Amino acid sequence: MTLTSHQSLITVLVIAAATILTRALPFALFPDNRETPKYIVYLGQVLPYALMGFLVVYCLKGISLISSPFGIPEAIGIICVVFLYLWRKNILLSIAGGTMAYMVLVQTVFS
Amino acid sequence: MQQKTKGLKAAFPYTIPIMTGYLFLGMAFGILLNSKGYHFGWAVLMSIFIYAGSMQFVAVNLLTLAFNPLNAFLITLMVNARHLFYGLSMLGKFKGTGNKKPYLIFGLTDETYSILCSAEPPESMDKNGFMFSVTILNQFYWVAGSAAGALLGAVFTFNAKGIDFVMTALFVVIFVSQWQSQKKHAPAAIGIAVSVTCLLIFGPDHFIIPAMGLITLVLTVFKKHIETEAQT
Repeated sequence: MTLTSHQSLITVLVIAAATILTRALPFALFPDNRETPKYIVYLGQVLPYALMGFLVVYCLKGISLISSPFGIPEAIGIICVVFLYLWRKNILLSIAGGTMAYMVLVQTVFS
Repeated sequence: MQQKTKGLKAAFPYTIPIMTGYLFLGMAFGILLNSKGYHFGWAVLMSIFIYAGSMQFVAVNLLTLAFNPLNAFLITLMVNARHLFYGLSMLGKFKGTGNKKPYLIFGLTDETYSILCSAEPPESMDKNGFMFSVTILNQFYWVAGSAAGALLGAVFTFNAKGIDFVMTALFVVIFVSQWQSQKKHAPAAIGIAVSVTCLLIFGPDHFIIPAMGLITLVLTVFKKHIETEAQT
C-alpha cells in the first residue's frame, strides 16, 4: 500500500461521491414533481438506442486494427451473437454461444 | 417478504448474463486490488459504495499513486460522465418509484441500465419491484465476485480468459433487439457512427466525453427529422 489506510479511505469515499453525483444529477435537475422540458423528454426517448450503440463500441475500444489479431476474435464473437439471436431469438443462448466462441478463439487460435 | 422473493425470482433470468460478467469481472477486480496490498474488506467496501465497474479498476490505479483526492474526484467525473446520460433516459421510467428511487439511481451501472431499458417485466409483476430486484441482484453479484477474487486470488486457476466478452455480447444482443423493435434506426445508427468516429479521432482513453457530447448534438440537430420519422 502506497497510501495510509486513512488516505485510502478518503480516496475511496471521494470516488464514491463523484460516482453518485454523475448518477443522481439528472434526477436532481429534473425532479418528478415538475414538468420535464420537452427537449429533455425527447433526449430520454432517443438516448437509449444511441447509448446502446455507444456501449458496443465502448466494449471494443481496446481492439487494434493494425496489429494482430486485428479484432478478428471479436468480429467472430459478435457474428455468432447476432446469428444466434436472429436464428433462435433467445438472448441467453446467443450471449452464451458468442462468449464461448470468443473464449475458445482467444485461448487457442489467437492465444 | 414473500413479495420480495417473488420479485427476485422473476428478475433473476434477466440478470443471468450480468451474473456471469460481474462474478468474473468482480473477481478480477478483487484479485487486482489484493495484489496492491488491500485485503478483501477493501474490495467489499469499494464494491458496495463505489459500485462502478470500470471506475473501480481505475480506482485501484489511483490507490497506488500519491494521495490526491481532487484528482481522484475529477477523474471519476470524467470516467463516469456517461452516467449523466443514462439518468436522462431513465427520468421517465424511474418516475413514481418512491422510496426505491434513491437505490435505483445509485445502482444504475452500464449493465443495469442496459437491462432496465430493454427488459419488460412479466405482466403479473410490479414494474418498480422488478427494476429494484434487477438492480440489487446485479450489485450482489458484483460484491460477491469482488470478495471472492480478493479472498481466493491466485487459488483460482480456471482459464477464464475472454470471459469479459459476455458484456460485449450482452450489449450487442440488446442493440440488435432494439433495432428490430424500432421503425426508426437513426438514433441507434448515430450512436454507433459517432462513437466509432470519436474513438478513431480521440483514441480509447479520451473518446467517451466527446462521444457523449457529439451524440447529444447530432440527436438535437436532427430532432425534427427523427421525430417525424417516428410518427410514420
